[in-house]
Amino acid sequence: MRNPRLRLVIASIAALALVLSLAPASDAQSKGTVKIASQSPLSGGQAVLGEGIKLGTQLAVEKLKGNLEKMGYKVEFVPFDDQAKPDVGVANAKNIIADKDIMVVIGHLNSGVAIPSSEVYKETNLAMISPANTNPVVTDRNYGNVSRVCGRDDVQGVVGAEFAHGTLKVKSVYIVHDKTQYGQSIAEFFKADSEKKGVKVLGFEGTEEKSNFDPLLTPIKAKNPDLIYFGGIYDQGAPFFKQAREKGIKSKFMGPDGMDSSDLTKIAGKAVVGMNYTSAAGPASALPKAKAFVEDFKKKFGKNPEPYAAESYDATRIAIMALEDVAKSGKMSRESVSTAVRKVKLAGITGDGFDSKGDRLKAQYFVLTVVSDNPEKWGDNKIVKQLTIAPPAAAK
Amino acid sequence: MDFELLIGILPQVLLDGIILGFMYALLALGYTMVYGVLEFINFAHSEIFIIGAFVGVEILLSFKSAGWLDVLPWPLILVIIMVAGMAVSGVVAMVIERAAYRPLRHAPRLIPLISAIGVSFFLQDVIRLFESLWRNSFNLVYPTMDVLNHRFELTETIDVSVKSLVVIGAALLMLWSLHTLVNRTKVGKAMRAVAEDQAAASLMGINVNRIISLTFLIGGAMGGGAGVLFGVQYSLINPYTGFIPGLKAFTAAVLGGIGNVPGAMLGGLVLGLLEAFAASYLSLLTGGAFGAEYKDIFAFSILILILIFRPKGLLGEIVRERA
Repeated sequence: MRNPRLRLVIASIAALALVLSLAPASDAQSKGTVKIASQSPLSGGQAVLGEGIKLGTQLAVEKLKGNLEKMGYKVEFVPFDDQAKPDVGVANAKNIIADKDIMVVIGHLNSGVAIPSSEVYKETNLAMISPANTNPVVTDRNYGNVSRVCGRDDVQGVVGAEFAHGTLKVKSVYIVHDKTQYGQSIAEFFKADSEKKGVKVLGFEGTEEKSNFDPLLTPIKAKNPDLIYFGGIYDQGAPFFKQAREKGIKSKFMGPDGMDSSDLTKIAGKAVVGMNYTSAAGPASALPKAKAFVEDFKKKFGKNPEPYAAESYDATRIAIMALEDVAKSGKMSRESVSTAVRKVKLAGITGDGFDSKGDRLKAQYFVLTVVSDNPEKWGDNKIVKQLTIAPPAAAK
Repeated sequence: MDFELLIGILPQVLLDGIILGFMYALLALGYTMVYGVLEFINFAHSEIFIIGAFVGVEILLSFKSAGWLDVLPWPLILVIIMVAGMAVSGVVAMVIERAAYRPLRHAPRLIPLISAIGVSFFLQDVIRLFESLWRNSFNLVYPTMDVLNHRFELTETIDVSVKSLVVIGAALLMLWSLHTLVNRTKVGKAMRAVAEDQAAASLMGINVNRIISLTFLIGGAMGGGAGVLFGVQYSLINPYTGFIPGLKAFTAAVLGGIGNVPGAMLGGLVLGLLEAFAASYLSLLTGGAFGAEYKDIFAFSILILILIFRPKGLLGEIVRERA
């Protein structure tokens, strides 16, 4: 065969024949593919938490897909990286709704990403179950497809302020936030409730700075508050607290669940030992039903689950139960999966049942203390307060 | 109480501003020197800066795991990481020039600019790839050396930490050596000649390519040194940390009069001080209406004002036609 064009033609015919002969065989008795997607930051400064969400979801899919497969569905897990950026999350969301096989999304980490992305999911009524988004807006929009297995910031902020006032007995607080939808709103809830309780708010500042907090800390040091509250995420909070201690600020530190990552101590070290943070999810070790999960996780991935891995596992369990319910009725569609999710009654790791907005009927809130500057011991952080609170009645 | 507070923190704000300003100044030198000889903006300089910071942290971390961090005297450790950071950054800058800019030397001015932006993205992700594979982490933290965090209390609210003194000292030393090099040595004279007229300089027997390489080496070394100091001072770095300081240092270079070495130093200091003032005072002065988040807007508004009245920058008038 000297003629290269002829060779090409023959090769393509051969390839086509191969494809045609394979295609019908694989489709024989299957009812199709069902995909479960996760969206969380897998790269960048918040990847530690995002990776936890991905792995928790992956573990649940691999462990629990059996029933669905028996019913004739092929189950796949597809992780997406939203880079903790709203624009990336929305772009991924558009790809996700374009893939007809994706029936559920587990995600996101950041409320500021989850809110715009869920607007996209809404277009096709694709179910999103959030393991970590605590901003009230996530469920207050009353979208039938959006649910979450964690608590809410309007409760978490109050839990924090109550702890600061009642247990830490602080008289004054300086509040800093990261200007994101998550950080600023929880800081505002914390501020409002602190003021209500008579704690003096000496300052309320937003900053996007990631490395040099000196100029921000100088006035804080001069005002010498009893407590500094950082509404934001650990990759910004950790250097902030570290530099605060290095500057000789002796105030107590506190933050919301965004601080809940072993990277906080990896970055800030001794500076954050003794610091308190609130959580609307809680460490896996504190959740009574999570023991088996923690062992499975360690066995599979060789490390301790980060915060939200257990929540993601639970969210995925709910997703798979909903898928099974829909599969039994026969007609697999996004609409029916979204409806089925709300009906799942699973006494899982994180709680039980959803209300009409997609919040947990009762969510758990924790206040924890950092006990060690060793990141490996993050899971040992002490729970100093644990509450079970129903979501507040809709404000609107 | 408010007035007392405002005056009380003033020295601390000045100090913060000066430290930040020196950092910008060191970084701005890289931009201004390259502009001086080639008349284009080396946007990859912010990554050269952060490479210095990464070299520093890698050495410190390996010292730490070898247990040398507590054994070796701290000034020696600092000298080692400074020299290593400067060397690596300088060489990287030189290689970039050889690979990405020299082939485009005679192309229109915009072409090497685009090449520089490309190199900048490339380096960011190379660092990210390397650190993910090597340490499996995105953020790296400078190990704490307790001596450096020791603080001298001057008054109740004002204090100086050892590391800020180190940063100021190192920055002054670097600026002074550069100034001497450019103005008092034969090499410096050659650099100034190349900046003024490449063709004439080569007719006078100056190897233009070598001088340009040398300019990148020195500018890169300054950037790398700034990177190490940045890491020592602020401790947290990631592959994208360099971008914002780089942009601000470029602004500082323009503010001082681009192509002008003392101008870059002055511009850096002015910008650093403006930023520190804005971040510390805005919310105090406006009763919380404008917070520290507006520091960049404030600082850059002042810059625009200065540039409206002095388009060539603060020291722009002594810049010659082509320098």
